Amino acid sequence: MKIPFLQNGPQKPARMISASILRSTFERRSVVIGAVQGGIGALLALRLGYLSVAENEKYRLESESNRVNLTLIPPRRGWILDRDGAPLASNRADFRVDLIPERLVNAKETIDRLGELLSLDSARIADIKDKVSTSRGFQPVEVASGLRYEQFAALSVRLPDLPGVVPQRGFSRFYPTASSVGHLIGYVGPASAEEYEKDPNPLLITPGYKIGKDGLEKQFEKELRGVPGARRVEVTAGGRIVRDLETREDVQGAPVKLTIDGPLQDYAARRIGLESGSVVVMDCLTGDLLCMASMPSFDPNSFSDGIGGVEYAMLRDDERVPLRNKVLKGLYPPGSTVKPMVSMALMQAGIDPDETVNCGGGLRVGNRVFGCWNRRGHGATNMAKAIYQSCDVYFYAMAQRIGMDPIAEMARRCGMGQEFPLPVTSQFFGTVPDPAWKMKKWGREWQTFDTVNATIGQGYMLSSPLQLAVMASRIATGHHVMPRLTLDTKPRGFNDIDFPLEQVEYVRKAMSDVVNGPGTAGRARLPIDGTLMAGKTGTAQVVSLSISNGKSGPWKYRDHGLFIFFAPYDKPRYAGAVVIEHGGGSGAAYPIARDVMTFLFDPAKGLEALAALEAGWGGTAQQRLERRYASYATERGAIVNRPPRRDEEIFDRVEAEARRAATQTDAIADEVIAPRPEANPSGTPPGTSAGPAPSLAPPSSPAPAQTAPPVETT
Amino acid sequence: MNTVAARGIVPEPIARQPWEMLIPLVLLTCFGGLVLYSAGGGSMQPFALSHFIRFGVFAVMTAIIASLPRDAVRLLTYPAYSMVLLLLLAVEVVGQVGGGSQRWLELGPIRIQPSELMKPAVVLAMARFYETLPAGLIGSWRSVVPSGMLIVLPIGLVLMQPDLGTSVAIAFGGVVVMFLSGLPLWWFLTAGGLGIAALPLVYFFALHDYQRARVTTFLDPENDPLGAGYHIAQSKIAIGSGGIFGKGFNNGTQSHLNYLPEPHTDFVFATMAEEWGLMGGLFVLAMYTLILRWGWKVASESRDRFCALLAAGATATIFFYIAINLLMVMGMAPAKGIPLPWMSHGGSSMMTNMICIGLLMMVNRWNREAPRRGLAI
Repeated sequence: MKIPFLQNGPQKPARMISASILRSTFERRSVVIGAVQGGIGALLALRLGYLSVAENEKYRLESESNRVNLTLIPPRRGWILDRDGAPLASNRADFRVDLIPERLVNAKETIDRLGELLSLDSARIADIKDKVSTSRGFQPVEVASGLRYEQFAALSVRLPDLPGVVPQRGFSRFYPTASSVGHLIGYVGPASAEEYEKDPNPLLITPGYKIGKDGLEKQFEKELRGVPGARRVEVTAGGRIVRDLETREDVQGAPVKLTIDGPLQDYAARRIGLESGSVVVMDCLTGDLLCMASMPSFDPNSFSDGIGGVEYAMLRDDERVPLRNKVLKGLYPPGSTVKPMVSMALMQAGIDPDETVNCGGGLRVGNRVFGCWNRRGHGATNMAKAIYQSCDVYFYAMAQRIGMDPIAEMARRCGMGQEFPLPVTSQFFGTVPDPAWKMKKWGREWQTFDTVNATIGQGYMLSSPLQLAVMASRIATGHHVMPRLTLDTKPRGFNDIDFPLEQVEYVRKAMSDVVNGPGTAGRARLPIDGTLMAGKTGTAQVVSLSISNGKSGPWKYRDHGLFIFFAPYDKPRYAGAVVIEHGGGSGAAYPIARDVMTFLFDPAKGLEALAALEAGWGGTAQQRLERRYASYATERGAIVNRPPRRDEEIFDRVEAEARRAATQTDAIADEVIAPRPEANPSGTPPGTSAGPAPSLAPPSSPAPAQTAPPVETT
Repeated sequence: MNTVAARGIVPEPIARQPWEMLIPLVLLTCFGGLVLYSAGGGSMQPFALSHFIRFGVFAVMTAIIASLPRDAVRLLTYPAYSMVLLLLLAVEVVGQVGGGSQRWLELGPIRIQPSELMKPAVVLAMARFYETLPAGLIGSWRSVVPSGMLIVLPIGLVLMQPDLGTSVAIAFGGVVVMFLSGLPLWWFLTAGGLGIAALPLVYFFALHDYQRARVTTFLDPENDPLGAGYHIAQSKIAIGSGGIFGKGFNNGTQSHLNYLPEPHTDFVFATMAEEWGLMGGLFVLAMYTLILRWGWKVASESRDRFCALLAAGATATIFFYIAINLLMVMGMAPAKGIPLPWMSHGGSSMMTNMICIGLLMMVNRWNREAPRRGLAI
């Protein structure tokens, strides 16, 4: 029996510790330690089993994803072809270099080193530094493309010292006709951070991959993109490639076949020459857009590697707005080119074309007198004469009779104020004014002078060159022709008859007389036997007479020159429109239309005419653009501001400016327009005289040559 | 006594060797060499060959240690301990003069790491101390303060290098000897409790940043998969992806493509497990079990207190290497630079472990020559 108090420590007698007690303690404790060690051993075995059996699947995958690196091969972009299958945009094999900003160790030094190795100019180096500092780290920044093999090789051997630099073989976009197709096709560029956020496809941040940024390149992005290839390689932790495992080829994007006639597009763009303007040509039988040239323009080849600061500054400072696609986003008062359309409206309203109005140089309505461009008057004028002589008084008088609404309705039927179902990023649709529109927009009653202005295509009326071309083809054919831009869309509108045949034939004849008869554009006659072109001139005033006479003085106050046309006049095959901004009158427009149509029927003759002109202008449009860039860069290169970071900002700016420009004529819409003299009214056919055109023109009509392109070939 | 089986064919001097430990040891070393051959990219250079050479050299050293007479060992224990302590001090001095911390001394062509030598030296000195301590004094202050000094002095010097892993290893060997010497249990429980309570303080005030990073990584490995947690994560991938039979000799991708850090030293087990799988891992564990079990057998057969404590301390020191390394590569302990005995490439750990084996063989020989009888001390 135990005695309780013995368990209290202090009273407990000191236990005798002997060697044998220690020995047994040792043995007990060594068993404990051995057991603990055995336990840890068992734990390790279990853990090992767990990792290698239960979690084997997971870790096998992780080890595979360590080992294997998948690199995307950017797909070759689909070609953009013209109607005959010739490329307007193709791909060129090249050597290129990109930077991945987040992998750079010393960005500034690396870029300077690259600049030295690849002999880049200082503006380019500054652009790259700027882009690297503003881009998100994972977005590749293009340094250079189209490198020579020696440069590429020299760079490749220095790669270990240049982390973040990615040289590769690839394909770059190539536009053979360069600036001629700039506005139409657009250009490509690396995806922006916003685009990557919208579509987080790893392809978008693959170095060297570019997406469509503008124009058709952007519109057909899905078709053109293709399927990326992939390359599976075994890599070390440091990223060194050990061997190729497997490669899947890319699938090239599908081609897009346009209705555009490549040579014609290029010809028209070059023929615009030093002027600022656009040429649209359509096929009357299908609605095919054969040419949508807008000049001056930019070089989409040089935009592909990013829009440089100097380049952007140069394009932006130009008052001829090379960044604006004038075919779709230039809005102009159509001037007298609306007269055939108004004639259609008059005939639809039951007016007999043979009825005459006596033009004495003006028409009194109430207490105001509205002048004809020909102050001496046209005398007794029927509809045909009113068209080919562009008599304003006839239209004032007849329009008073039927009122504005039928005319506005006809304008819309002919395509003005309309948007067409075309694969373009944006198109402006202009204005067809009528009383309801004016009340809504300006809160004012429709006035007599509004109708007067509208019948001669002034006042509030605005339309784009595309709409004018559509109007020309609808009047020429009498059908509701719809334009189309790709060969895989169906021609439309040929079942809808807009006008009866006899009315169409009457207007065709009158419009032929504009060119081939006693009309206002005698020098527009085609130098081709048996092919007669019909047309209608237009001169649109942009500022009040008190500011400028429209022919001289500051460029931006000069009149627009317009011309709509079709040929052959009796069996229309092609129709179109030429608009020259601030060309000083229609005399700036119709020679271009003549040469473009000549080229269409007889390319050799057309090119001959162009060659002579370009000799005087100093080379083709592309050559002039490059020269201008070089001189601009040396002169202003050091002081340019950097371009907007996102291309979208550029687009927005260009579009906003285009809208503002279209309101230029609002200021004079509320006054009566005193029509400008039509160019070369009594027509001297080209080639009849080698002498200067002005001497042959009647004294009453100022010669077109004052402001027309400097050289006129005959 | 293991001479029975060998009687007849095998000569007695060979038959009396502790083959139950030597065979696993040689197998393990050869297996380690095989793994290093693969880690060297399928070649004897630079790891496998020197691994075998070192093993050969240290085997000779082991044989010499094993043949030392007991009186000489008793006599030389304290001088040897003092000697190593002086070397540790020399490391500090050279480090200070050289203007930076270092862990080794250059002695001609040999580079030695005195902190490694200190592990067996502490065990020896502690065993010697408790042998001479009269049994009656166990439990008094005199049973712990001098021996505490024996541990604290070297630990202090090693911590100044700084080398936390080795200091813990030294402390572990010393504490195991103290525990087995019969000091009151509640001392250990109290010290353990205090230690746990002091952990937060140590964490926040005593550890270096990189050490803290290892601890946080251990507690939350997913937090920083490409930083400090990278090593452990890659090690687990290597082990886990090996499966039951492994990817095959020389086919390890984690090690060959450099995803595994230190595939030939700290993470040699992961290199092995990737290529040999669970089977290879179990083989290695089994070999260690055999070696350690023999160590404990030697300790329990010891006929006096010095031998028993020495054998147990040496076994514990070997165990500490194995356990910490394996726990680390499997993601169960913070990463520290502790290699795996007889498999990792590296001279220092090979030397320490071979000294421990030598000490064990020495005790084993003493036991055989003068077996413990009954109550004899």
